[in-house]
Amino acid sequence: MGVTEEVRPPLGMLAELTHRCPLHCPYCSNPVELVTRERELGTEEWCSVLDQARDLGVLQVHLSGGEPLARPDLPELVTRASGLGCYVSLVTSGLGLTEARLADLVDRGLAHVQLSVQGADAARANLLAGAKAHDHKLTAAALVKRFELPLSVNVVLHRANHDQLEGMIALAERMGADRLELANTQFYGWALRNRDALLPTREQLAAAEPVVRAAMERLKGTMQVVYVLSDYYEQYPKPCMSGWGAQQLTVAPDGTVLPCPAATAITTLPLENVRDRPLAEIWYDSESFNAYRGEDWMREPCRTCERRTVDFGGCRCQAFQLTGDAAATDPVCRRSPDRGLVDVLLEAPRGSGEFVMRGVR
Amino acid sequence: MTPRLRRGVRLTYDRTRRTHVLLFPEGVLVPNATAAAVLELCDGERTVPDIAASLGERYAGVRESDVGDVLARLVDRQVVEWA
Ligand code: SF4
Ligand code: SF4
Repeated sequence: MGVTEEVRPPLGMLAELTHRCPLHCPYCSNPVELVTRERELGTEEWCSVLDQARDLGVLQVHLSGGEPLARPDLPELVTRASGLGCYVSLVTSGLGLTEARLADLVDRGLAHVQLSVQGADAARANLLAGAKAHDHKLTAAALVKRFELPLSVNVVLHRANHDQLEGMIALAERMGADRLELANTQFYGWALRNRDALLPTREQLAAAEPVVRAAMERLKGTMQVVYVLSDYYEQYPKPCMSGWGAQQLTVAPDGTVLPCPAATAITTLPLENVRDRPLAEIWYDSESFNAYRGEDWMREPCRTCERRTVDFGGCRCQAFQLTGDAAATDPVCRRSPDRGLVDVLLEAPRGSGEFVMRGVR
Repeated sequence: MTPRLRRGVRLTYDRTRRTHVLLFPEGVLVPNATAAAVLELCDGERTVPDIAASLGERYAGVRESDVGDVLARLVDRQVVEWA
């Protein structure tokens, strides 16, 4: 850390309650090796994590997974988090969100639901989810609206659904979404092994741009549309959150505390666990959180680059995955000496487009 | 016209930072003391003159136009709407 900066308290926590999930999305960014049910934190342990997080300064809690509804103690955890004064979001596939369950969660203080959508129609969506999921999502969206909670719809875009972009925007409108996130696949965890099949083509991205722009314009004031670029095709990397260890933390199902949701990708990073150490110590003092905080860790070209306050040198996970060095400049950056690694991927002839559905490993 | 917090927006007091905070999906806003005082009265029932009057009982020199300005900024930030 530079001498002038002090570490501030975190604002948000992503609580990955479980890795268990009824869907099998090929773009899943959870690690290839999932945490098994036996290793998941128990109810008391999660309650303690929530208490510690609020003490530390966390105000936004995202209860996620896997599918958080797979945890029978979800209602208790919602009560705890909202009772602490946190804004509680449920990040769900929608499967298992019945009227009775949602009514109970809303009673307990649930504030917002984030629903994933895989395609514009049942045939495509179910194929991509590897489950009969689409109709459940329509039901879930209608329930969220009936309970008057804000609804965010999240779509991961890739080669096998870019052609349905307009349809998915229309679907989000029909669902009454307040916010729509259209995010091109980022290649971490399971998604990385499907990169060849999932990476959108240049043509797809070019076609998407005017569609997204028109939707943003048309829906201004009713539905906020957020578009996440396919960074491999960009000149500069995506910003790493608001900076590593700056505002966010993730707790994995087994209590591992991650500076970034994908951080298990960096196998050299010594991760710590809430079972062994208080959350506040991990946030302020751990090697993993301090590793890429601020700018002191940066090398050239980032060190003297004017964009370093914008993108924080890009993605540490990507740097590690592509170069083997997590402190390297994100190879997506055209100023990176490793940009060639990304160009090779873009220029490589595309395979059959066949991907492997998310499995247990 | 009566202002109220938009659906999904919550106002709470954060002990850690010792300030009011506005929470909404994917965001946190820290209102200044004046804005926080106005926000606490945005219940969809009170009108701008009501809010100004009630603030006038606690603070000196509160003008309706100031309350209106604060509200206009909060509407711009999409956290308050007119009921
Ligand atoms: S050199 Fe580093 S800081 Fe500059 S744009 Fe590239 S990744 Fe960002
Ligand atoms: S390290 Fe990469 S994946 Fe992790 S938060 Fe930063 S940009 Fe995202």
